[in-house]
Amino acid sequence: MNYISIENSQTILLCDIPESNYESFYDMNLELVKGHVERHCVNYFGYQSGNNINLICCIADDATHRIFISTCLVNKAHELESFSNKLLCFEKFEREIHENFGINFTDHPWLKPVRYAFNRDDMSQTMDNYPFYSIDSEELHEVGVGPIHAGIIEPGHFRFICNGEQILHLEIQLGYQHRGIEQLFIEKKKLLQRAILAEDIAGDTVAGHGTAFAHVWESLCGVEASADIKFARTLAQELERMAVHLSDLSGGCTDIAYQLGSSVFGRLRTPIINFLQEWCGSRLAKGLVRPGRNPFPFTPALAERLSQVLDVFEPDFNEMAEKLFKLSSALSRFEHTGKVSNADATAIGAVGMAARMTNLNRDIRTSHPYALYPELNHEPILKRHGDVYSRVQIRKEEVSQSIGYIRKLIASVPAQTSTEKLLATPAPNSFCLSLVEGWRGEICHCALTDEEGELMLYKIKDPSFHNWLVLALSVRNNEISDFPICNKSFNLSYSGHDL
Amino acid sequence: MLDNLKIVFHQGKQFIPNVQTAVVPGIFRGRPIISREKVDEDDLIAICPTEAITGNPVAIHLGKCTFCGECAMRYPEKITFTKDYKLASNDPERLVIREGEDNPIEVNPDLVRKEIHRVLGRSLKLRQISAGGDNSCEMELNAANNVQFDMSRFGIDFVASPRHADGIVITGPITKNMARAVQICHDATPDPKIIVLVGTDAISGGMFGDSPAIDRSFLTKYPVDLYIPGNPAHPLTIVNGLLDLTRKL
Repeated sequence: MNYISIENSQTILLCDIPESNYESFYDMNLELVKGHVERHCVNYFGYQSGNNINLICCIADDATHRIFISTCLVNKAHELESFSNKLLCFEKFEREIHENFGINFTDHPWLKPVRYAFNRDDMSQTMDNYPFYSIDSEELHEVGVGPIHAGIIEPGHFRFICNGEQILHLEIQLGYQHRGIEQLFIEKKKLLQRAILAEDIAGDTVAGHGTAFAHVWESLCGVEASADIKFARTLAQELERMAVHLSDLSGGCTDIAYQLGSSVFGRLRTPIINFLQEWCGSRLAKGLVRPGRNPFPFTPALAERLSQVLDVFEPDFNEMAEKLFKLSSALSRFEHTGKVSNADATAIGAVGMAARMTNLNRDIRTSHPYALYPELNHEPILKRHGDVYSRVQIRKEEVSQSIGYIRKLIASVPAQTSTEKLLATPAPNSFCLSLVEGWRGEICHCALTDEEGELMLYKIKDPSFHNWLVLALSVRNNEISDFPICNKSFNLSYSGHDL
Repeated sequence: MLDNLKIVFHQGKQFIPNVQTAVVPGIFRGRPIISREKVDEDDLIAICPTEAITGNPVAIHLGKCTFCGECAMRYPEKITFTKDYKLASNDPERLVIREGEDNPIEVNPDLVRKEIHRVLGRSLKLRQISAGGDNSCEMELNAANNVQFDMSRFGIDFVASPRHADGIVITGPITKNMARAVQICHDATPDPKIIVLVGTDAISGGMFGDSPAIDRSFLTKYPVDLYIPGNPAHPLTIVNGLLDLTRKL
C-alpha cells in the first residue's frame, strides 16, 4: 500500500510520505475507509507547492492505533473525482480544498463555501451571496436566524425550511468568526505567540487545543514531555471537560425553562473553574499548557485543595443530576428530540460526543491515547439513541467519570522533574500530526516544516468541523421551538470551525 | 416539590454580597505593578507576545496585554500582577500602567457623556456582539449574570434585540466577515447608546491585530465608552467596569 503508518504525535520526514497519482491515491484511501467503521479521516488538506497543490490525507485506525498518511500532487486545471460522492465524511474537507485552491470536484454533491477565508481562491464568493438550498412551495416558509443570536454566543447563520412548526431542513452558514489563525501560526515566529494562538482557537477548549499544539511542537523538536507535564495536561483537560459539561447542563435546563437546574448547574461550574484559577491564574486555563515546560507545577497542596473542592461539589452535583433525570417534564423534552441515527453519524464522520451518543465508539483517549490516558484505562461512555437525552446523559456521566479520573490522578502527584529547557528548532522538512480528545471530541493539529525547520503550514481541525452537519440533520422533523435545546446539547464551536 | 426545596436549601446563598470588595481565590493576573528595578529592557519588551510592553520608562498597555504573565515569570522583581480586578476605563490613557505607578484604574468622570448617567444610570440593557471572539469573553459575560455575580441586581441585563438595547458590547477583534453585522446591529440600537469593548481582542485586536482577516474600521467611526481588559475579562472586571461607567457609587 502506498501510505506510511505512524502513531499519534509522531514526526516523519515529508519525503517519507509516499506519493501517488490521484487515481491510486483516491482508490487507496477509499478502500481504507469504506466498510471499516474503526477507520475515519482525521484530516485531509492541501497546500500550494509551486503551481501545483499537494494533498495530504490522514486516516486514523482506532483498532490498531495507527494513522495512515498518503499524499498526491494535483493541478488546479484538472477536475477530480470526489471522495464525498462515495463517502460523505469527506465532504467538508473537499469543500475546504475547493474553497482555498479552486480545485473542482466533478461529482461532489454540495460544493459550497466553508468559511470564506481571507485567502480563498474565488473572491467573488462573499458572505452575502451564500448559495442556500431552497424548496419552491407555497406550503413552506423559510426562517433565517443570525449571525447575531439572542443570547451571548458566537455568530453563525441558520436557515430553516419549515412546514408550519416542523423543520424540514436546516442549513448552517459559518465563517463569521474567521480570524486567519492558521496563517498567523506561520507569521508569528515566537513560540509563546503560537502557544497563545493555540489557546485562542476556541476559548472553551483551551487545554485541548493547547495540548495538541504542545504535542506537535515537542514532537517536531524531538522532546518527550516529562511525567509532571503529562500529569498537568491530563488533569487540565478533565477539569475543562467537567466545566463545559456543567455549563451545558445548565444551558439545557434553561432551554426547557427549568430554572432550578439552570441556576444550580451554572453555579456548580464556578468552583471548578475557580480552582483552575487558583492553579494557573486563569479560570479557563489560559497559560497553563506550554510546549516543553510546566509554568504552573501542580503541588501536593493544590491536590489537597482540589480534593476538598470535589468533596463539596460531588453531593451537590449528584443531588441536582438525580432530580433532573427523575423530572418527567424534563425527560419528555429530552427524549426523542434531535435524533441522529448511528448510520447517519457514521456516514457523516461524527466525532466525540456526537459519535458516542449513537453508540459509535470514537474517543482518542482510548483509540490513540496520549499523556496519562494509557494509565487511566479510559472507557468511553456510549449511548444508543442519538437524541438530546443521550447527549445530556453523556455529559452527566462524563462529569462523574472525570471526577473519578481526577481523584485517581491527584492521589499520586508526580514530583516536578521538568526543568525549563530551550527547545531546539523543529526538524526540517518534516510532518507531524497530533490527536487529542477535547471535551467536544477529536482535535487534530498537523504541522509541516520547510528546509530550515520553520513552520510552512499549520492545519487545525476542531471536532465541530465534522459535527455541525450532525446538528443540521438532528433537527429534521423536529419542531422549530426545539432547536435551542438541540443546539445547546451539542454546543459546537464557531471559532474552532472558522479559525 | 420537596426535592426542589431540598436542593434550594442545600445550595444556600450563592450570590457575592459585595462585588466591589470580593476577593478572587488563588493567583490572579489583574492590574500589574511595575517596579523601578533595572532589568534588561530590550529582553523584557521582546518577551511580550503582543507588544504590550514599551520601554523607557517601562509601561504595559492593558488593552494589548494577553495576561499570559510571561514577563512577570521572567522578571518577578520588575513586574507583578496583583489581584486587583478593577481594570476597566473609558480613557485609553488609563489602561497604560507605568513604572512606579500603583493607582486604581477608574473611569474618568470628565469623559463620560452627560446622558449616560441620566438615561442609563438605573437601567442598562445591552446587546452583545461576538465578532471573532473565541468564546472565552462570551462565557465570562454569561457568568457575570449567573447566580453568583448576578449583575442584573444592578439593573444591567443583556437583551436579545438591539431595538431593546441601550448599547452594544463587542468581543473579538472584529473579523471582516462580521464587520457588516456589527454595523447593522449598531445602527439598529436607538440613541443614546454606548459602545463597550470587552477583552484584549476587542480593544486592540490582541494576537489578531495584524491579521488580514480582520477589519476594525468600525471602531474608527465611533467613540468607545468603556474598555474592559482581560483575556478573557473576569466577571468582576465586567461588573465593576459597567457600574463605574453608569453611576458613581
